[in-house]
Order: sequence, then C-alpha cells, then structure tokens
Amino acid sequence: MIDTLIQGILLGGYYAVIACGLSFMFSVMRIINLAHGSLAVGSGYGLWLLASRFGIPPFAGLLIVLPVMAGVGWLLQRYLLERSARGGALLPILTTFGLAIVIDNLLFEQFGADTRSLAPFIGSLSYDSWELPGGIYVGKLAILMMATAIALLGGLQFFLSRFALGRAIRATAEDPDTAGLVGIDARKVNALAAAIAMVTVGIAGAFLGMRATFDPYSGGPQLLFAFEAAVIGGAGSLWGTLIGGVVLGLAQSLGAQLHPQGFLIGGHIAFLLALFARLFLTGVAIVGRAGIGKIRLPLGSKT
Amino acid sequence: MSLISIRNLEVHHGLLQAVRDVSFDLAKGDVLALVGANGAGKTTLLRSIAGAHLPASGRILLGDDDLTAVPSHKRIAMGIALVPEGRRLFSQMTVEENLLLGKTAGRQGDWTIDRIFDAFPNLVPRRHAKTGHLSGGEQQATAIGRALMSNPDILLLDEVSLGLSPLVVDRVYAQLQSLLTSGTTIVLVEQDLGRAMAVANRVICMLEGRIVLDEPTRGVTRDQITEAYFGLHRTNTERTAS
Repeated sequence: MIDTLIQGILLGGYYAVIACGLSFMFSVMRIINLAHGSLAVGSGYGLWLLASRFGIPPFAGLLIVLPVMAGVGWLLQRYLLERSARGGALLPILTTFGLAIVIDNLLFEQFGADTRSLAPFIGSLSYDSWELPGGIYVGKLAILMMATAIALLGGLQFFLSRFALGRAIRATAEDPDTAGLVGIDARKVNALAAAIAMVTVGIAGAFLGMRATFDPYSGGPQLLFAFEAAVIGGAGSLWGTLIGGVVLGLAQSLGAQLHPQGFLIGGHIAFLLALFARLFLTGVAIVGRAGIGKIRLPLGSKT
Repeated sequence: MSLISIRNLEVHHGLLQAVRDVSFDLAKGDVLALVGANGAGKTTLLRSIAGAHLPASGRILLGDDDLTAVPSHKRIAMGIALVPEGRRLFSQMTVEENLLLGKTAGRQGDWTIDRIFDAFPNLVPRRHAKTGHLSGGEQQATAIGRALMSNPDILLLDEVSLGLSPLVVDRVYAQLQSLLTSGTTIVLVEQDLGRAMAVANRVICMLEGRIVLDEPTRGVTRDQITEAYFGLHRTNTERTAS
C-alpha cells in the first residue's frame, strides 16, 4: 500500500511537468492550448532524432530542443494565437485543436507509425532505482521528474513574483490595456510567456520519451493528463498544478491496484470528482466570493 | 517653445466621433484644467494623448517628434504618463508591485519608491497589501504614484477625485500640491470647477468633442466657463444645425 502511494506521488511529478505549461498559458494568456500534448510529442521526436541520427544524448539534446521550442512558442503566439484571440474566446481553442491535428499528421508523415523511446539513449536511468528501507524501490527517473516539477513550478512562481518581467507578465494577464499605459509591450510579453510555456512543454516531451514510448498520435492522452492535473489543481495556480498532478498520479495508481483496468479510470474519476466538488462548492459555499469577483471585474474595466 | 502640440485631432469610438478638430499647445510647467460635461470627449482626448486610443486623423507632436502612431507603451518612455479614469490598478498585485510596474519604461529621474511613500504617507502601512483591498483614496494615491514612477514630463490626470469623499479629495490635492509647482506639465480632468481653477493656470472647456473655451485661468470667470460648459453661448440656429 505504501509502495502504491509513493509510486503514485512520484508519477504525479510527471503529470505536474506536463500540466505546468498548460496551466501557465491559461493563467497568463487565457488560452487553452489543445496542441499542448502534440507539441510535447514533437519535442520528444526532436530529441529522438538528435540521439538516433547524430548521437547527441537527450540531456544534451535539450540544450538544442528547448531554445527551438521557445522559438516555436514565440512564433505561435505572434502569428497564430494573437491573431485568433482577436476573434473571441472560442477561436484560439479551435486554432490549437487544428494545430494539434496538423502536428500529429506531420509527425506521422515524417516518422511513420513506429513507437519510439528515448530510454535506449540514457543508459540505465529509465529503469534504475534506489532501494528504500522496507524493500520499496523508487525509480531514479521518477525522482528526477518530481524534482524537476518542483524546481520548474517553484522557479516559475519565483520568477513571476520577484522579477520585473514576471510582474509585467502578471500585469498583462490582468489588464493588457493598462499594462500598455505603464510601459509594458503586451504583445512582446505574451510572446515571451508563450516561449516560456513551450520550454516547459519541451521538458515534458523529454520525460515522456524517457519514461515510456511515444508515437505520432501520443499527444492526445498527454493533453488529457495535463488537462486533468491542471483542473484538479485549480487551473492557473502553479502550486495547485503540482498538487493536481500528485492527486492524478495517486488516483491512477490506486485505481490500478483495485483492478487491472483501473489505472485510467481512477484518474478520470478523481478528475470528475474534483470538477463536481468545485462546481458544487462554488454553487453553495463560495457564492459570495465568486459574486464579488463577478461584480468587481466589469466595474474595474469600465470605470 | 511648446512641449506638446495637438493638431486637428479627431478620435472615434466606432461610429461615434468623440473628439472633433481639437488643437492646442502646452509649454513646460503648464497646468491645464480640462473641463466639460460627461461625454464631451475629455477622457478620450487624454487617452489618445497617452496612446491608449489612436486618432482617426490629426497629429500629436512632442517637441519635434510625431507621436500620432506611437503605441502607448512607447509614449510613457517618451515622458507622457496617464493616471487613468477609475484608477485601473492591477488589483491582484501589491502597492509596491504596482509602483514598480510604473518603472517599466526605464526613464531616469528623481522618483523612487521611497519618494512616493514620502509624498503619499497614507500608503506606507499598505505597502504589501493587494490594491484590490485598498480604500479609494489609497488606490488613487497608488495610481498617481505609479504614473510618477515613470518620471514623466507630462502627467495626465483623469478624474482623480471620482468616487472619493470630499475629505479624501482634499488630501489627494494636498499631496499633489508639490507636484503642481514642480515644473511638471499637467493636464487635469476635473469635475469640480472651483478646485480645477484653483490649481490650473489655463482652462480648456470641451463640448461635444470640440474646444469651446481656451483661456488663462486668471482672465476667465466662472460664469464664462459655465456658459461654455452648457453651450449657452451658441445661438439657437447653431444649436438646431448641430
């Protein structure tokens, strides 16, 4: 039982890493990026290509792939998301949905249907483990992913609260018009935020490839896990994302413990429970707070 | 030598023409009171000077630079800061963070966080409070402080007394007093005519988007402004024509 709990928590580290970019993009740009999983798979293929074709190990390959992902984020925001955001709230969702289909099929055309993995290129890391007292084994890669999740989310939180650029990102998220009046170039800040989000997606893609296998259509399930973790943790809250990832990981591990088919179902049940709990609570207990929020927002924007 | 020149400015809100053919010059150190009824185009004029609203035609010149198409985030770097109507603070961020955001443009000058807290002592205990939780007077002080942090040459103040009790308005104006005599050029939109005329050296009255009166404060009476404010000076034929 303790083993299941520990493995579930550590699995949550991976979910927190993939949910990080999704949650960050939603909180800053109000964009739900449905191409999130496909972009992570794209980064996985990038690392696989560098490793298998040029012999660059994945951890070194990140030094190439992450800047490329940052560039992809910048271009996506500048030429696709910014334009579609002008058409209303629904259009960016449809745009990223279309983008996901394009990316998936381009990857299929380029790399075929074979499943790939980065595990052969990282030595024994993908299956190595440490033994804890009590005969419990924890995977080195799982520990690494959990540490990365904490560092990534903590680092982002620190960056947003302590750095001028972080403050500019938060100000733009709250009120882009007024951000312009204090001297912030909202377009630049949003493009930068998208670049940061894509760097985290690149890291998520690396972990996806290291811990398991992927194929061109692996993006969908990854998006689903990221989405579930982000929603369970409260979309837009960075530390909440870590908690959401852990809850999802625990639910899946416990589900698998109960029934061989229970892995995914456990996660989905946790997601739905969190969703209904929030709907129920905001409907009854937090009506005052939500009400004030709703009244204050239009006042703030009009007066 | 004028610091800023507005030339034949026309600004639209969709189909509505909010500012019509407005021209005026300001010299360094001028304090201009902009008065007029609701909907006369005062806020729109200020917002287009600050770059938040681009004009349909006409020009805005700062010294020799043509600002007309320059976006707002670059204008603040050129020395034009707006304290927007309704304060528009970032409510999820603290007083200190809001003030620091004012520094984004990176202009050199005397204003620092500490000097803002000296000028607005009521903010000192609220330094780390989120601005959404502040009183109206504290919010207004933060908004003015945020604009001052950019070390502006021209400060545009839009309805600083809106929604504040008379006592708090007195305090805000007392705090502004040193600023009004410091040589910063100020454009002030104010509903309280007495207050506006007490601090300004020039008054412009707008009516339906046009300037109907532009005089030094010293040479104009309250009655003249009131007449311009309500459009009483126009003949009946003119009124039916418009």
